[in-house]
Amino acid sequence: MSAESTLLYLDGVSVSFDGFKALNSLSLVMMPGEMRAIIGPNGAGKTTMMDVITGKTRPDTGTILFEGDTDLTRLREAAIANLGIGRKFQRPTVFEPHTVWDNLELALKAPRRPLKTLTYAISRDDRSRIEEILDITRLSALRNRQAGSLSHGQKQWLEIGMLLAQDPKLLLVDEPVAGMTDAETEQTAELLCSIAGKHSVIVVEHDMSFVRALGVKVTVLAEGSVLAEGSLDAVSANQQVIDTYLGR
Amino acid sequence: MLLRFFLMGLDRKAGIVLTILAILAVAVPVMTLWVPADSPFHLSVFTVSLLGKYLCFALLALALDLVWGYCGILSLGHAAFFALGGYAMGMYLMRQIGPRGVYGNPVLPDFMVFLNWKELPWYWLGFDHFWFAALMVLVVPGALAFAFGWFAFRSRVTGVYLSIITQALTFALLLAFFRNDMGFGGNNGLTDFKDILGYDIQADTTRVTLFVATVAALALSYMIASGVIGSKLGKVLVALRDAESRVRFMGYDTESYKLFAWTLSACMAGVAGALYVPQVGIINPSEFAPASSIEAVIWVAVGGRGTLAGGILGAVLVNMGKSYFTGALPELWLFALGGLFVAVTLFLPKGLLGLGAQLKAKLPGRNKTSPLPNAKTADQKGA
Repeated sequence: MSAESTLLYLDGVSVSFDGFKALNSLSLVMMPGEMRAIIGPNGAGKTTMMDVITGKTRPDTGTILFEGDTDLTRLREAAIANLGIGRKFQRPTVFEPHTVWDNLELALKAPRRPLKTLTYAISRDDRSRIEEILDITRLSALRNRQAGSLSHGQKQWLEIGMLLAQDPKLLLVDEPVAGMTDAETEQTAELLCSIAGKHSVIVVEHDMSFVRALGVKVTVLAEGSVLAEGSLDAVSANQQVIDTYLGR
Repeated sequence: MLLRFFLMGLDRKAGIVLTILAILAVAVPVMTLWVPADSPFHLSVFTVSLLGKYLCFALLALALDLVWGYCGILSLGHAAFFALGGYAMGMYLMRQIGPRGVYGNPVLPDFMVFLNWKELPWYWLGFDHFWFAALMVLVVPGALAFAFGWFAFRSRVTGVYLSIITQALTFALLLAFFRNDMGFGGNNGLTDFKDILGYDIQADTTRVTLFVATVAALALSYMIASGVIGSKLGKVLVALRDAESRVRFMGYDTESYKLFAWTLSACMAGVAGALYVPQVGIINPSEFAPASSIEAVIWVAVGGRGTLAGGILGAVLVNMGKSYFTGALPELWLFALGGLFVAVTLFLPKGLLGLGAQLKAKLPGRNKTSPLPNAKTADQKGA
């Protein structure tokens, strides 16, 4: 398959740590606007895959292209983020000493150079964009609260809000519902589905009912490469998948 | 735009600090020069220079707090930038001595004549002009900090490893400046100053003017630091202090943010050193000693890290204590200083400025979830 019309194109990506192959010739293609769920047992390479896409880890071999022509393996984290790739970590990391509003203001798409931020004054557009995100994430009433004092679920939401503010073309989300209540999980699934379309989203998740609620194409990883790909029902019926992951 | 920048940093705390400094800038000259010597309100010139020295240290503490309190860079070598600024000023003052030195050489400072040097080394050229020396007070520490920070931050050296190499930096400079071949007066450093800008450096009016200049430099630096912290750049700094990789994945090039704060801080430290030298009358390599940098860390810890005003308060109080102890009980000073650091770390993690918040948190019914003082909430107090 050619890389031209794709948003993200991984081909033959391998990473090893001290001889352990975290990624073994992984290939994956994402189209613009697509949403994808990635599942797989622990150690399958899900987080490492996110690391190589976002520049945290350099692959030993392989190609990673963004929008068909930008080679991500040569860029640093900040440059990759500025291309339009946002990432949400497993544990919610919001800036605890800052208010909810300031967290969103920091994330908001705007010039990132130090001299630009030194003289930054919030514009009317930026203000209404933050208001909008506060609305979507149901944090409007908490805008002046210190982020550190939010509940776990609220922090997850704030972090998703920060990613929205960043307005990335591709969003990588690592276990967004870990530690959430059922109601929160359901709301989060709704939120992610409403984001998809405008943004492409890759979700890594263990929670099968959540993946089912998303209702998107699923990629199963095992031992650093793709084991199966398709709808959740199709991959659930796959004998290899049952043996390595679901059956256990 | 510049005005807006300064207004951004003006909160209640800044108002208090700037008011106190303004009062000092007026009251001290009046009490020294115009209040008669037999009045209880008279200040001796000696006291003025002592206060001036404290305020130079306060400026160093402010600079250190900017990087330690807000970017999490614990510098154990900040006195190096202070001393470099001091040497730049000292070189100007040496050139002002002219033919009045012991050997009467119109160009060469005494120590060079003594070492049998025939001409001024190239790096001393230009220091007969005040403007050039004043520029070097900013450029030399700033350039060193920039180069050091460039390599250290790009290589992602953080935490204790960074602290250790800042300590190594100041120690290397200490050894270098001790050498006579360096051309900075070796062991003895630079001293015997006569004039500054044509005024007798010993005269009462000059001393008072130097004090006022120190107050002005401290006030201006406070406003700059406060403006930086209040800006979006300041919020990025605090964010990267706590979660650097998260800030990176948001598209901020954290290295250049740290480099900005680090270089700005080194320039402030250089100014502090430059004002210190004419007031104490000497600069020698002992200023580079690791202990000087560590003392500065203690001032900030005592006053309250991440508060800006805390560094100023801590520097003045600890140095007043030092002046008292080294006069009354000289052999006990280092024990007192060490004890103070241990006590502050154990009982006042937020420093003196955080004491109010700490006591409030202990009151029943408040903050039940976190009985332990949390450094992060202390940082919010000023915002």
